[in-house]
Amino acid sequence: MPMIDVHDLRRTFLIRERRGVLRRTRREVQAVDGITFSVEPGEAVGYIGPNGAGKSTTIKMLTGILVPTSGHLRVADLDPSRRRTELARRIGVVFGQRTGLWWDLPLRDSFELLRRIYRVPTPTYERNLSAYVGLLEIGDLLGQPVRQLSLGQRMRADIVAALLHDPEILYLDEPTIGLDIASKQRLRTFLRELNADRGTTILLTTHDLVDIEQVCRRVMVIDHGRLAFDGDFAALHAAGQATRTVVVDFHDEVPPIDVPGSRVVRVDGVRQWLTVPAGTPTGPVIAALASSHEIADLSIREPTIEDVLPHLYARP
Amino acid sequence: MSASLYAGLASRGFRRYATYRSATLAGIFTNTVFGVIISYTYIALWVERPQLGGYGIAQALTFAWVAQALIMPVGLFGGGIVADYSERVRSGAVATDLQRPAPLLAVRLAEDLGRAAYALLTRGIAPMLVGALLFPLAWPSSVSTWLLFALSITLAVVIGFALRYLLGLLAFWIIDTSGPASVLVVLQIFASGSALPLVTFPGVLRRICELLPFRCLVQVPCDVLLREDTGTGSLPLIGLQLLWATTLLGLGAVLTRAAVRTVVVQGG
Ligand SMILES: Nc1ncnc2c1ncn2[C@@H]1O[C@H](COP(=O)(O)OP(=O)(O)OP(=O)(O)O)[C@@H](O)[C@H]1O
Ligand SMILES: [Mg+2]
Repeated sequence: MPMIDVHDLRRTFLIRERRGVLRRTRREVQAVDGITFSVEPGEAVGYIGPNGAGKSTTIKMLTGILVPTSGHLRVADLDPSRRRTELARRIGVVFGQRTGLWWDLPLRDSFELLRRIYRVPTPTYERNLSAYVGLLEIGDLLGQPVRQLSLGQRMRADIVAALLHDPEILYLDEPTIGLDIASKQRLRTFLRELNADRGTTILLTTHDLVDIEQVCRRVMVIDHGRLAFDGDFAALHAAGQATRTVVVDFHDEVPPIDVPGSRVVRVDGVRQWLTVPAGTPTGPVIAALASSHEIADLSIREPTIEDVLPHLYARP
Repeated sequence: MSASLYAGLASRGFRRYATYRSATLAGIFTNTVFGVIISYTYIALWVERPQLGGYGIAQALTFAWVAQALIMPVGLFGGGIVADYSERVRSGAVATDLQRPAPLLAVRLAEDLGRAAYALLTRGIAPMLVGALLFPLAWPSSVSTWLLFALSITLAVVIGFALRYLLGLLAFWIIDTSGPASVLVVLQIFASGSALPLVTFPGVLRRICELLPFRCLVQVPCDVLLREDTGTGSLPLIGLQLLWATTLLGLGAVLTRAAVRTVVVQGG
């Protein structure tokens, strides 16, 4: 049985706008426009897409705080909006932009309140608290009021808070927003291990694609409310017409090289950039280059998700 | 299980405000100064018109100080630390609260009871002691009156909370609630009797105020305290408060459900 099961899910927002003194217009926004997917227990899925694509809207429906306009939706075999409270015990949610902690209270008190709200048995609570506090290195901060924590510290505290009740699913909406490189790295490692060791199902939304590459094996791309892609990284590269780039420095300036299977995309003095489709080997191209002119230096750049994503987005 | 949750929430509500010590001291000072000013106003008024509204001077003065003591616990003035819930709804932070396996209304009520207990112990009792030193107040002698008074104050706090909670929910439907918020504060100040006892209001106005829940915030607890017979005479007043408390909380629960089902949580 899938952990998350979504079929033709839609959510429309009605926007009323003031135009002039008396004129008002109503406009419908299809924030989520018929998406279908399912996530098995233990999967770690990256959910990406440009601003306004519908990611947060999807997550709100998955947690039950937003009622879908239409479509089928089951999380842990429950209808989220109808069984919101019951589902809440089984999921953990982290919103990067806001905190689930009590602003004026010492961090420890927030955790203690959550223990009671989720009715976490004391042994479980103590085991989880010491494990996660250690892994995310917030042990020294437990006595500090949340309002005094830095963004990165608060973010880590929020993640501990979301995990105290052993959720089966963890939703993260932009958890690395505003974090420095070291904190991001620590968080990614933590999430990867959580997924591997505890089998926690993860749905991760972010604009930092490194997060996705390091935590998830599967990617879903949403654009204008529709799923533009669902698969692993190899398939993502293929679907996005990923290309590898051969950067070659010749001894002397030469006209753009015409080698079968490649295309020159840029020339700058002795340096030329040739693209090769991601699936094909670069060996023959390099051999052909070497046989035509004398090469001083050569490097190959692998495609990044940043390169392939634009190909997946429908241009309006 | 849940008892420990709500006790925990209430105690956190208490401690949360206990951290703002200088604000508390400033508040006690303000309440005391206003208590003194209002006392002299009442003295002038009751000297001019003895037995106005059936109160003697001592009763009027007691009313003045009890009203001061209740301002913060029942949240008469709104804003500040008794702020309603609209801001959390507007900013979308309410999403976090709705993602918890505990009913929003009960969680907020428990927190507010903690806050009110702190307000009562500090900004309620301290000015009252000063008032009792400076002016001849009319204290009841029977224990049962005091117990009923305590119960009446608790219900007043619950009703005050319910009114603010409903105002907060309004933000799900209309984004800018500052208009309704001002109306609520004005009603809470005047129709509760806190500015002038309702018993002194002229006929129609008084009757209108008696139909509204606001008198349960100040006038009713004062009536319970100032009754001369002991005990049972004030049971109908407690009953009235119970009725309003359940009605308003019930409405809050129904509207919470409606808000989540039909309305949208803001923010990405
Ligand atoms: N409460 C709302 N009322 C009206 N429109 C909304 C509301 N919430 C979202 N939308 C619209 O729905 C669309 C999807 O928004 P959503 O927040 O899901 O995007 P997102 O993918 O999370 O974007 P981002 O990467 O910027 O966080 C946007 O066009 C947005 O304007
Ligand atoms: Mg978003």
